Amino acid sequence: MNLLSTHNLSRKFGGITAVDNISFVIPTGQVRALIGPNGAGKTTFVSMLSGRIAATEGQVFFDGIDVTKEPAHLRIRAGMAYTFQITSIYGRLSVFENVALAVRWQTSGDENETKRRVEDALAEVGISDRATQLAGDLSYGHQRLLEIAMGLCQRPKLLILDEPTQGLADSEINQFIRLISNLRGVMTILLIEHNIDVVMRSADAITVLNNGKVLAEGSPKEIHENAAVQAAYLGTS
Amino acid sequence: MSELKKSWLLHLGIVALLLVLQFVLPSYHHASMARIMVLTCYAMGYNILFGYTGLLSLGHALFFAAGMYGLSLSMQHLEWLAGPALIIGLLSGVVVSLTIGLLLLRTTGVAFMIVTLMFSQAGYLTVLYFGEFTRGDEGLVIQQELRSIAGIDLSDPTSRYFAALLLMTICIIVSLRVVQAGFGRVLVAIRENDERTRMLGYDIQRHKLSAIVLSGTMSAAAGACYCLLFGYAGATFASVQYSIFPLLWVLLGGAGTVLGPFVGTLFMFYLIDLSSGLTTAYMLIAGFSLVMLTLFAPQGLVGEIRRRGLRWLP
Amino acid sequence: MELGPYIILGLLEGLVTAAVLSLMAVGLSLVFGVMRVVNVAHGEFFMVGAVLAWWIAGSIEGNPALGFVAAMLLAPPLTAGLAVIADQLILKRIGYDPERTIVATIGLLYVIQQLTLMTFGPDARPVEAPFNNRLSIPLLEWTNDGLALYWPWGLGTTSYKIAVILAALTLLVAIWLLMTRTRYGLIMRATQLDRETALAFAIPVNRVYASVFGLGAGLAALGGVLIVPIQQAHYLMGHDPLLLSFIVVIIGGLGSLPGTIVAALLIGLSDGIISIFFSPTLAKIIATLAVAFFLVFRPQGFFGKRAL
Repeated sequence: MNLLSTHNLSRKFGGITAVDNISFVIPTGQVRALIGPNGAGKTTFVSMLSGRIAATEGQVFFDGIDVTKEPAHLRIRAGMAYTFQITSIYGRLSVFENVALAVRWQTSGDENETKRRVEDALAEVGISDRATQLAGDLSYGHQRLLEIAMGLCQRPKLLILDEPTQGLADSEINQFIRLISNLRGVMTILLIEHNIDVVMRSADAITVLNNGKVLAEGSPKEIHENAAVQAAYLGTS
Repeated sequence: MSELKKSWLLHLGIVALLLVLQFVLPSYHHASMARIMVLTCYAMGYNILFGYTGLLSLGHALFFAAGMYGLSLSMQHLEWLAGPALIIGLLSGVVVSLTIGLLLLRTTGVAFMIVTLMFSQAGYLTVLYFGEFTRGDEGLVIQQELRSIAGIDLSDPTSRYFAALLLMTICIIVSLRVVQAGFGRVLVAIRENDERTRMLGYDIQRHKLSAIVLSGTMSAAAGACYCLLFGYAGATFASVQYSIFPLLWVLLGGAGTVLGPFVGTLFMFYLIDLSSGLTTAYMLIAGFSLVMLTLFAPQGLVGEIRRRGLRWLP
Repeated sequence: MELGPYIILGLLEGLVTAAVLSLMAVGLSLVFGVMRVVNVAHGEFFMVGAVLAWWIAGSIEGNPALGFVAAMLLAPPLTAGLAVIADQLILKRIGYDPERTIVATIGLLYVIQQLTLMTFGPDARPVEAPFNNRLSIPLLEWTNDGLALYWPWGLGTTSYKIAVILAALTLLVAIWLLMTRTRYGLIMRATQLDRETALAFAIPVNRVYASVFGLGAGLAALGGVLIVPIQQAHYLMGHDPLLLSFIVVIIGGLGSLPGTIVAALLIGLSDGIISIFFSPTLAKIIATLAVAFFLVFRPQGFFGKRAL
């Protein structure tokens, strides 16, 4: 069963084709990584999946429904969760309130339920002890964990993580990989990453983008041995 | 005691204090307080959009005037009674804010500010253009005998004070309910980071529009009541000056706090009152305060109090 | 007067308006283009220029031309100085944040305006033009002997007004040369395009900002000096030109110099024509709504590349 699929999805900006006719499928329950050199079109592609930008051509299907015309906030309500590449939390609000905002439209007014869900999410990423702190006062690594907690709390069907390990220390990266393996099976995950090590250790399958097209797709081992992928990254293609 | 209870006690306590003051204030200050309370409602309306949602309007006088002229024109030309005219004033606020709001949704940041300024200017000029009906700058005077609802003569100082206090209490209650409910928290989230809020699953356009309509209607209510209680509607209330005032009052008192608008309006009213006794250039105080506030105290008085300790202040 | 001459008169008056308006609008546009802030007090710099002109010209005895020239040479730099002080004390401190700048410049507007009220007073005061000869304008008409010139009664302008138009043109060319041919203009454009990179190239961005703000104010003040012999000096005179400058800059497109000039011509000329046929209030309503709708539906104006 495919949770997310795209059909000939394209995005043009004036004369430039950032995403060129991509048909892409994520089966339910998979941890999928999306990698590629800078400018490959990863961010544009994912923005079209989440609804942040509109597609020029093609379609996006989520959970069996054509969501191509749906605005971002409705896609989130349909079961997607999205964390930003550049940490985008509410710096002047408490850690608790940050996560509470993520879940309140689901708990609609039941503050007890909200509290339960927030505490669960904070515990899952390991920042429960910081619930009353202002989010802006957290360390960078903890802020990224907070972002993930905000996504988790929504109990999405698909969790989209945009470069989640960027700027994290090694210990924090290990913690992150543990988190992903805990989530495996509970939700489908789409990971956009530059850190190949993280990708190799946590992904079930990898899609490589280059110049707006899919260059290769397969298991970590297959991608690791793929000459074309190596060439793309080293710039010899 | 829960923070919620503390908030309600504090705010209702202030209302009670004002109630008591009615009986002890000398007549000049009695009249001033009545004015201040109505203008506070204008500031509270403004605060919902600026303080909580983070949208800076430079044209709120349009809403205040919509209420004021909705009421005064229906009383003057259609010969309606005060009660129904008040409803018209409110409805004018709803219609104008809804219309402008739908257009404003297409703008952000500085463009938003300028568009509000432009629509408000157009409104002011329209009031002048139809001077035949509105008497322009000279203004409309509503006769004393017409200014009564359900037999209560609102031109009488005591009734007038209570009416103003009633309006302010309603606005405080509405503000507290909005701020403490989910809707209010989403507005704050939009203010802090609107893209993030969108990607959490919230329809930010619908929230912004609701905030604009709520804000505009509260301001219009203040405008209509001002005319009803003080018997006068004039083009000055639609001018840029009256769009700058609520910004000033809210900034001074504390944007994003429920009591801030009251504190700011109270303070500024007396400051300008005192200085207009000294010079015709009393707007100098307003200008100077705006600069100082932007530079040194963007949190305002109540905002600073909240920041330095009383974090539960809504 | 028949319609034809009426319209020509309107156009001429409109050209004068356009001339002064273009100076003011270019000033506003430069500030927005380079510093990315909107200066709501811009109209007050215009007013200050006019008031200083009155004061300077009034202090110099003898030929009014002397006083006027002195005013033209002194008032803009003095106003620019005032603007630079405001920039250093206020704008720099708030980091040129767009929203805070608007609020702060609103405050500045009232401070400048009210201080002027306190010193200059509420009256409108005239300034004598350096020269003011009446010129009648001829039109062509068909007669039995072919094309001939005739002078319709009432159709005329003054030599001073022509001079204003020419002066504005000269200044606009000078600004254009400054922007495109000098090192300073290059630095300005670099800062406008990419502040971060400019900083990396050791361009003193803060000083560029201060000088651009001063330049913008100086242009507005110059406009005020030029207009004051035609229109009197009054503490509230900055209000309408500010609105018109806004209209010009927004319709012409922020940050686009040619767009600003074309829009200034358009607005100036139509202001002249519309004032003949419609009440000025209605004309202002239309203009104000035009700005609003442009910002809502076409924020980049006609020619602009970036929106507000």
